[in-house]
Amino acid sequence: MASYLRPRDLESALAAMAETPRTIVAGGTDYYPARVGRPLDDDVLDVTGIESLKAIEDLGDRYRIGALVTWTQTIEAKLPPMFDGLKRAAREVGGVQVQNSGTVVGNVCNASPAADGVPNLLALDAEIELASRDATRSVPIGAFVTGNRRTVRARDEIVTGISIPKPAEGTTSSFLKLGARHYLVISIVMTAGVLEPAPDGTVASLRLAVGSCSAVARRLDALEDALRGRPVDAGLQDAVAEDHLAVLSPIDDVRGTGEYRMDAALTLVRRTLAELGSA
Amino acid sequence: MATQSTVSFTLNGNPAEIRTDPIRRLSHVLREELSMTGTKVGCDAGDCGACTVLLDGRQVCSCMTPVAQVEGREVLTVEGLEAAGGRLAGLQESFHLHGAAQCGICTPGMLMAAADLLGRQEAPDDAAIQDALGGVLCRCTGYKTIVSAVRHAIEPNGIALDDPGPGEAVGARVPKTDGRRKVDGSEIFGADGAPADSLWMRAVRSPHWSATFAVGDLQPLFDAHPGLVRVIGPADVPALNAFGVYPHIKDQPVLADGEVKYRGEPVLALVGDYESVHGIRDEDLPIDYEIRPHVHGIEGAMAEGAPIVHAGRDDNVMGRGFVKKGDAEAALAESDIVVEGSFETAFVEHAYIEPEAGWARRIGDRLEMAATTQAPHMDRDEIANVLGLPVDAVHVLPCACGGGFGGKIDGGLQVLLAAAAWNLDRPVRTVFNRIESMASTTKRHPSRTSGTYGCTKDGRLTAYRFHGDFNTGAYVSFGLTVKDRVPVHATGPYHVPNVLATSAGLYTNEPPAGAFRGFGVPQSALLHDMLMDMMAERCGIDPLEFRHINAIRVGDATATGQVLKASAGLAACLEGLRPHWKKARAEAEAFNARASGVLRRGVGVGCMWYGCGNTSMPNPSTLHMGLSRAGEVTLYSGAQDIGQGINTTAMQCAADGLGIALSRINLVWGDTDLTADAGKTSASRQAYISGNAAKFAGEDLRRQILRLANVGDDAQIAFGKGRLVVRDGEAVREIDLAALPLTRDSDVLVGEGTFDPPTEPSDEFGQGTPYATYAFAAHMAEVEVDVALGTVKVRRMVAAHDVGKSLNPQQVEGQIDGGVAQGLGLALMEEYVPGRTENLHDYLIPTVGDMPEIDYVVVEDPEPTGPWGAKGIGEPTLIPTPPAIFGAIYHATGVRLTRAPATPDRVRAAILAHNGGAKG
Repeated sequence: MASYLRPRDLESALAAMAETPRTIVAGGTDYYPARVGRPLDDDVLDVTGIESLKAIEDLGDRYRIGALVTWTQTIEAKLPPMFDGLKRAAREVGGVQVQNSGTVVGNVCNASPAADGVPNLLALDAEIELASRDATRSVPIGAFVTGNRRTVRARDEIVTGISIPKPAEGTTSSFLKLGARHYLVISIVMTAGVLEPAPDGTVASLRLAVGSCSAVARRLDALEDALRGRPVDAGLQDAVAEDHLAVLSPIDDVRGTGEYRMDAALTLVRRTLAELGSA
Repeated sequence: MATQSTVSFTLNGNPAEIRTDPIRRLSHVLREELSMTGTKVGCDAGDCGACTVLLDGRQVCSCMTPVAQVEGREVLTVEGLEAAGGRLAGLQESFHLHGAAQCGICTPGMLMAAADLLGRQEAPDDAAIQDALGGVLCRCTGYKTIVSAVRHAIEPNGIALDDPGPGEAVGARVPKTDGRRKVDGSEIFGADGAPADSLWMRAVRSPHWSATFAVGDLQPLFDAHPGLVRVIGPADVPALNAFGVYPHIKDQPVLADGEVKYRGEPVLALVGDYESVHGIRDEDLPIDYEIRPHVHGIEGAMAEGAPIVHAGRDDNVMGRGFVKKGDAEAALAESDIVVEGSFETAFVEHAYIEPEAGWARRIGDRLEMAATTQAPHMDRDEIANVLGLPVDAVHVLPCACGGGFGGKIDGGLQVLLAAAAWNLDRPVRTVFNRIESMASTTKRHPSRTSGTYGCTKDGRLTAYRFHGDFNTGAYVSFGLTVKDRVPVHATGPYHVPNVLATSAGLYTNEPPAGAFRGFGVPQSALLHDMLMDMMAERCGIDPLEFRHINAIRVGDATATGQVLKASAGLAACLEGLRPHWKKARAEAEAFNARASGVLRRGVGVGCMWYGCGNTSMPNPSTLHMGLSRAGEVTLYSGAQDIGQGINTTAMQCAADGLGIALSRINLVWGDTDLTADAGKTSASRQAYISGNAAKFAGEDLRRQILRLANVGDDAQIAFGKGRLVVRDGEAVREIDLAALPLTRDSDVLVGEGTFDPPTEPSDEFGQGTPYATYAFAAHMAEVEVDVALGTVKVRRMVAAHDVGKSLNPQQVEGQIDGGVAQGLGLALMEEYVPGRTENLHDYLIPTVGDMPEIDYVVVEDPEPTGPWGAKGIGEPTLIPTPPAIFGAIYHATGVRLTRAPATPDRVRAAILAHNGGAKG
């Protein structure tokens, strides 16, 4: 028998999850589409009544995005340029309806290879905060999502938020999404980049991630190494070689061939660097 | 029983409380539990936005909102928009005046998305409007009028209702006479009007492409689900378990009987309460399938040893089409220039935003039904056939159609509902979900075409040899029409002395391919206009001028030997495009000469012709116009309005036929007891054929009135209370209507109009007069290609159409906008892959952000048999867009793509191949 709970605080929610693992629903923008023409018969924990999960907070050395922060909230929040990429992704998630209901955390938990939020969060070195009745833990996003629709969240755990370390002053970010139409589109390729400049005008760190080209979005470590120490200018894109994308393993599907994805990823990575370098 | 809880919230400013299952979709609760059906459901997945409502002032998809989440919050739906006041109140009127609602199914969602924007931004620009509407799909309008309506709700542009006087209705820019109910949420679509005590029906569909099957004992199912009332199987279909769009071919079972030929074919129908029929999983049913080898694709159907889809058709050929004029082989051999090419197109989904829905009930020995449709009288006849009833024992009630485009003619839902309702003593309703709709209903035929065109070195066409193979899927549907229509139109709208055009329709284990805006002509147009470009290039003649030289003109004979006697306006369309073309071509070439980056621009042109009405067969429409004792004039129309606007244009024609003001006319539509058969809404026939019938009905009523008043032809007709006042010069005659005997229902006088376009059957060479008239068009596309990514942005279209006579400019433009949008989709993004893209996020149709600027060139070369010279416009608007876009991509990049859609990966691969594989 399907049951539905909408607790008002995290403790009750965690207690309920300890008792019976449930399908967690927040914005509903992944829950319902997966059930077209099928009964809504799972045991549900609707977390949207938990006020403590609704904020974006500045915690001094890091930012925290609560589990119920929507894409629209992200767009409208006053945040430094390191979040511009995430905001750009937020504007390209579904239509405004989805942005108003859907949450950043839900996007991560749904663990689609094409999750719009994941490349940016990878490039931001985000950590996923989890809680169960008896414990809390924090997992780097790269380790949190383990495969297509798979994460390390235990059955009794709830993701409570995302923690993002504050980088150096002057950090900028970018995001590019390639789709076959404007609005309401699942990406063919996405790239996200976060640039931390050194005081001497070189790259202290430039973190790059590519989405939709592997089961889980990937950071381009080899390219990041090659970029470190280079002057921040439009020439950054010249550092890119095809080999830097070897960690990607794009597949053929209705949105494009794997070969095309690889080719387009190369183009988007270059464009991301050109943008970050010339900003 | 699921959990129940009480949810209290504010609905349209009023307190509301409902006890319900908290996880239910808000859309479902609004519609089914609170009877607020203004909010529409298109996909249940956040892909279409039809269900958009405001939650605390922000747009959300009510299909993805658990009703429990609205506790203590404010919900605003389309029904509350006017009362919300302020700027929101003017939105609906602006939508109405701008023609922003065609079928109206997306309109509530569009309005609410716009309301969110207007509540948040003082003066949004077009980019902000597009961002706000980006989550709502529309399949009719091409979004252009919607964006205008939102913009001018903020800054009124003085657009006003035309209120034409007697004799002024035809040609007037009249907003839809049924437009207001499309913007206020009151229009009743297939899912909206079912009686409250209806049972629900859900079809159980084959998960296999080809299989035999047996149904086991159903008793355990009934035991486990007390709310399950009945399971309908093939044996429950009273008379004939088969249907099909042609009177002589009924090949598709209402319910599969031991054998399925495609995935999605209905096997059983569950009838009961909502929870039960939707709670039973297909995999829990005792159906044992034995899977057989299946056939997919044209190549698969023709492969050596391919499985046979229909016994007796060992080659999987459904039928062949053939047109032969002159000696194409000999003429090609003698031609200065010969070009060859081939083209491939995919299944295309109609993607109307309203999934199939309706309800039916048995009343004694009659069956009553309201279901979304393009053809109420065809539904009546089909249902009568299946139930074994005389046609007048079936009563089809009016039902608005939330988009059709050819996909709502076949009536698979209607016959299934009828069979179920006939067996039960309660009304039965059904709503297909989006996946079911996309998996089971008809599609555009995938095609593989090839052709060889010849011309002289000075650019005069000499001959065309063409063959097209079409995947017709598992059943015939409109396959015969496609295989016949294509050879007739294969040359394109050009004068070609020698033609050999053949076609074949092939059976596969895929969804039936049927009618879809153009019946195969869009597929063959991609080929003929690519070949025009190739010949023009070989001749060194400008592509537009090459077409102008060869444009078929009055006095020329078509491929079927039909000499055009009038109304052949292609040359005029091209002349209208010419200044735009010259300017745009020069600008694109200058842009490319300057370009150092990755963007290249191009301009292409595509032409088409399209025979209005059925091919080589009669297809009459009959309309009536009555005058009641109270002095009310009513048009009785069986011509189904699917958003294209025949309700309005038929009234305009009837008003001017009778000679009274449009505003004096009432309309009775879509009710088979009250209207005569006006054929189906397809083949661009309604404005031409039913428009004529409406005109004739008005004229007939006028003759009767003038005879009664004994006055001359120029007399003016007016009305007083219960009186008819006829003025002829100085003479004024008054007729007391109450004194006249009733002739039909409450009418004392009834005019009748029938029109059947004069056609002739074709001979053994396909020679004859398949259509009484042809519409012509030429589109120009300006594109920008990102050559590194292969993405194509259509920046602007100029659409030139010979419509004979523009009966209503707003509707002509609306058809053009919508046809361009669908043509753009076909060209760039739409590819239905059976079993894989059965939703609106894997199957992409254009959004508001994909639409180009559109300019119109309307040519009126009158057709003598049409009402005031009018011809059809519906299908012609789609056909020239794809070849124009493909031509523009070639102009931009030098790459000739031969497969639609031109998705980014295909464009990029072609560019790389063209550059010899060099990247960059």
